[in-house]
Amino acid sequence: MENLIALLIAAPLLGAAVLLVGGRRLDAVGHWIGTLLSTASFVIGAVLFVGLLGRSADDRTLIQHLYTWIPVESFQADVTFRLDQLSMTFVLLITGVGSLIHLYSVGYMEHDERRRRFFGYLNLFLAAMLLLVLADNYLLLYVGWEGVGLASYLLIGFWQHKPSAATAAKKAFLVNRVGDMGLSIAIMLMFTTFGSFAFGPVFGHVGGTSEGRLTAIGLMLLLAACGKSAQVPLQSWLGDAMEGPTPVSALIHAATMVTAGVYLIVRSSAIFNAAPDAQLVVTVVGGVTLLFGAIVGCAKDDIKKALAGSTMSQIGYMVLAAGLGPIGYVFAIMHLVTHGFFKAGLFLGAGSVMHGMNDEVDMRRYGGLRKYMPITFITFGLGYLAIIGFPGLSGFFSKDKIIEAAFAKGGTEGWILGGAALVGAALTAFYMTRVMLMTFFGEERWRTGSGAAADGHDGHGEPHPHESPGIMTIPMMVLAVGSVFAGFFFNLGDRFLHWLEPVTGHSEGHSPVSALTVTGATMVCLVVGVAVAWAQYGRKPVPAAAPRGSLLTRAARRDLLQDDFNHVVLVRGGEHLTRSLVYVDHTLVDGVVNGTAASFGGLSGRLRRLQNGFARSYAVSMFGGAALLVAATLLMRAV
Amino acid sequence: MNAAAVHSLWTTAADPIAKIDAPKIEYGQLSPILIVVGAALVGVLVEAFVPRKARYHAQLFVSAVALAAAFAAVIALAADGYGTTKAHIAAMGAVAVDGPALFLQGTILLAGLVGLFTFAERRLDPEAHGNRVDSFAAQAASVPGSDSEKAAVKAGFTTTEVFPLLLFAVGGMLVFPAANDLLTLFVALEVFSLPLYLLCAVARRKRLLSQEAAVKYFLLGAFASAFTLFGIALLYGYAGSVSYATIAQVVDGNVPNVDPALADTMGNDALLLIGAAMVVMGLLFKVGAVPFHMWTPDVYQGAPTPVTGFMAAATKVAAFGALLRLLYVVLPGMRWDWRPVMWAVAILTMLGGAIVAITQTDIKRLLAYSSIAHAGFILAGVIATSKNGVSSVLFYLAAYSFVTIGAFAVVTLVRDAGGEATHLSKWAGLGRRSPLVAAVFAVFLLAFAGIPLTSGFAGKFAVFKAAAQGGAAPLVVIGVISSAIAAFFYIRVIVLMFFSEPRPEGPTVAVPSPLTTTAIAFGVVVTVVLGVAPQYFLDLANQASVFVR
Repeated sequence: MENLIALLIAAPLLGAAVLLVGGRRLDAVGHWIGTLLSTASFVIGAVLFVGLLGRSADDRTLIQHLYTWIPVESFQADVTFRLDQLSMTFVLLITGVGSLIHLYSVGYMEHDERRRRFFGYLNLFLAAMLLLVLADNYLLLYVGWEGVGLASYLLIGFWQHKPSAATAAKKAFLVNRVGDMGLSIAIMLMFTTFGSFAFGPVFGHVGGTSEGRLTAIGLMLLLAACGKSAQVPLQSWLGDAMEGPTPVSALIHAATMVTAGVYLIVRSSAIFNAAPDAQLVVTVVGGVTLLFGAIVGCAKDDIKKALAGSTMSQIGYMVLAAGLGPIGYVFAIMHLVTHGFFKAGLFLGAGSVMHGMNDEVDMRRYGGLRKYMPITFITFGLGYLAIIGFPGLSGFFSKDKIIEAAFAKGGTEGWILGGAALVGAALTAFYMTRVMLMTFFGEERWRTGSGAAADGHDGHGEPHPHESPGIMTIPMMVLAVGSVFAGFFFNLGDRFLHWLEPVTGHSEGHSPVSALTVTGATMVCLVVGVAVAWAQYGRKPVPAAAPRGSLLTRAARRDLLQDDFNHVVLVRGGEHLTRSLVYVDHTLVDGVVNGTAASFGGLSGRLRRLQNGFARSYAVSMFGGAALLVAATLLMRAV
Repeated sequence: MNAAAVHSLWTTAADPIAKIDAPKIEYGQLSPILIVVGAALVGVLVEAFVPRKARYHAQLFVSAVALAAAFAAVIALAADGYGTTKAHIAAMGAVAVDGPALFLQGTILLAGLVGLFTFAERRLDPEAHGNRVDSFAAQAASVPGSDSEKAAVKAGFTTTEVFPLLLFAVGGMLVFPAANDLLTLFVALEVFSLPLYLLCAVARRKRLLSQEAAVKYFLLGAFASAFTLFGIALLYGYAGSVSYATIAQVVDGNVPNVDPALADTMGNDALLLIGAAMVVMGLLFKVGAVPFHMWTPDVYQGAPTPVTGFMAAATKVAAFGALLRLLYVVLPGMRWDWRPVMWAVAILTMLGGAIVAITQTDIKRLLAYSSIAHAGFILAGVIATSKNGVSSVLFYLAAYSFVTIGAFAVVTLVRDAGGEATHLSKWAGLGRRSPLVAAVFAVFLLAFAGIPLTSGFAGKFAVFKAAAQGGAAPLVVIGVISSAIAAFFYIRVIVLMFFSEPRPEGPTVAVPSPLTTTAIAFGVVVTVVLGVAPQYFLDLANQASVFVR
């Protein structure tokens, strides 16, 4: 059975190769090839899943050794895949949600003349992400990690003719590089500490290693996770990444990319468990990010950017849970999976709205769309209820568990983290209700003559909202089903817990408050959030032009000044640094290099004069050489 | 009375004459050499008896068949285990049949075959008086520019003697790395050197330069041979034998029956040291090591380019083969004496070749200095004195040969009114005008520079690794430094070809016949295959790296 694992990656990789190499001949069928191979990967994943279920819980780790990649003495890197409950979960999420997004893109990208290439990149994205979660050592994981970075760069900048898209792609790539540095340093530290970077030896040797070392490795891994998962302080790329086509946003936010950081932390649980300081930093990062993202999400008028803030916040929940240690790992992954369903559904819904609204993204120019797009409204609505944690739906189960776990951390930390998670829940309810109300309810603000829309922006004239074709709505419906039932299904008899426990381990914390109290508090927060949003956006008409807003609102609109901060601290500082380095390079390094080159050139010019063309001179040189040779040989014996 | 009885009436029986044992010759094991030398003799007969018009085709046929058959014979011997388990010394102790010998003979034969294709190329120059012409003079004996030369051109003469000369040279080269006594070594040296001197002199274009090159090569070669011969005499005086095995024994301190005539000199270490140094010097001359390299640029530049390519490749293979055998079989007992000296020679050769190449302006001279630098790199592998050293040198030689022949074959294609346009300035912008030819040449240059994924990298890595393991790490450092210097002038040519504006009166690239195309294509294939998947050939060289004693 383990021989199937490589096929999981091979299928989308083949798709990427065929689509990108095949050229225009495949333009007509390219999207179907891409969708087919992505689905094939999902089917293989399902077969493997059934196979795993047929085994006992302790025997669900499959290893496939493909070949030895870098055999250099003690530096041994193998191409080996590990399929266990953790990677299996990711495989199903990636290929399942990924395939749905493929299907959706067939409709969404129908009028794009580079659709074949788009599907090639999508397949590449899946292949890289699968490699990331299936690798059995950190170096191979790093290959997938970089592959994800590359694919995201290509997809975010897919509409490269737009300067904003090209810039966003570059920004995502550069910010991710910072995280990648963290991962590479972590791998180097592992190699020097454990003499290996394969999962088995690394986790096996954690016991006898100093905590300082482990904390360093953990922090570097966290830095890597921050980059890919858009956590503070490397969060700035996520909002701009909305420049990519909407299916890309769905893919990045739900199935791939941002989940990679959570995977990395949970996969490295052995290291983090032994490094409490690193764990504390992880929870702090998660807690800060969940509030940061939620606040940003509250202020955005761009539907995709509001959802992007929401992603950041939800991933913050997962990172927070992952930082809690064994009490949180399972719930981090569970929230990741349920979030995969409803966030993909929300993004596809947002894409569907844009599709019907001439690619308008400003929610202030939406309103009352529920009449025109009933399917989108219902599926989006179910995703909305799921994300705010409406009782019975997916988000309720997974988020509630994380909040409980945060309190269960114990002590002051537990109170602070739990409090942050509760506030986050209220904020989530607020901003998601706001999105829902501004988009689907209220008066129709997109009609010509109503407010700012009168100028007929983008030259499209008045939009005519309409429901999207079936090929787009079907994936949305499937995802809506997942958003509704996944949490309940996972939670039934702690199924998900028992499934994942052998890999991540699990322990119950000692919560100072009872589970029921936490649930109650969460419900209160939920109601407060919804009510405030209703008061502000449901009862009153939404102004077409954004009001000036409070200081916090204005800051949140600018992503809490993240770019300003980066510009002042990093860009300016970097510019100074590079300028001085360039100076050193020009004067010192180039001086040495050019000086060396010039001196060799001069030497060459002088030496070549020995080559004067006279046979007699050559003979003399030979004679001299022979004499020296003889003399030197004799001399060697003498000494 | 029977006849014997009558006979006895007027004769008396003398003492029976002491019988001379007929030498036992293993013809089968010597077949590669015998085929090539036999075909060379056939070639002489072809010159004598076949009509002028048919000679070119007859000679080409005979030479190609002979080289291919000899190569097949080498393969058959190797497959039969003569390179490994059955390795032994044939022909009464004169010739070794072992792994290194067979590997190098195979390389020389392939290089000879590829070289033959470039020799036979007749489509590059425009036809003269309706006759196709090759790179060789119409009549080598005519004075350049004289009426007799013009008459010879008009009559459509060609110097088809180059083919048997090539075969003789190959024959000598086959014996050279296999020679197992000093006299065979010397005879082989002369057998392959003399045809090369002649071949250098018969260029069709720039004949004065060609003749000057030949004379220089001959004079200096004779000078070096004299050293070698004197060294052989001293070694004989030291060991009382010219056989490698015996000399090695004496070096190791086991003097068998002392010859009374040599009792005074045998075992005298001064004779050994001086003699060994002189024989080694003769071989270093052939490989073009500093300070015995001065002939190389002049001869490489003056000789007809196909000859240069063949000579640069095959001579190096043969001479390094002989040097390896001498140092590893005869003189391992005095390696503490010769290693430091060879260190110095290797350093001088690597740096000297690389540094002087920087300021060259003629592509053939540039390649000549490059070949000097490469001789230094190979010497680093020789100095390793280990099995890895042998195998790395074998691999390097095989890799280097075909790059060299290919590179010089490309040089024959770039022409202007005066023949080959060898001045570097004329190569500017070649990549724009003939991207394929320039790209192929770039591949060869990258291989020379030792860039990964070319055979040059695999070879350089192998010799440097062997040298480092053999305790010559400083040599490796210097080797890498000279590689860096050398990379400069290789890359400079690439930059010149691809990133300079073409000159309006620049050269044209001739369209060659399938012969030269084959030679170049073979070079490219070997370069890439040995660069991308060197392991099989490294293993092969490793299996072939044990000398028989």
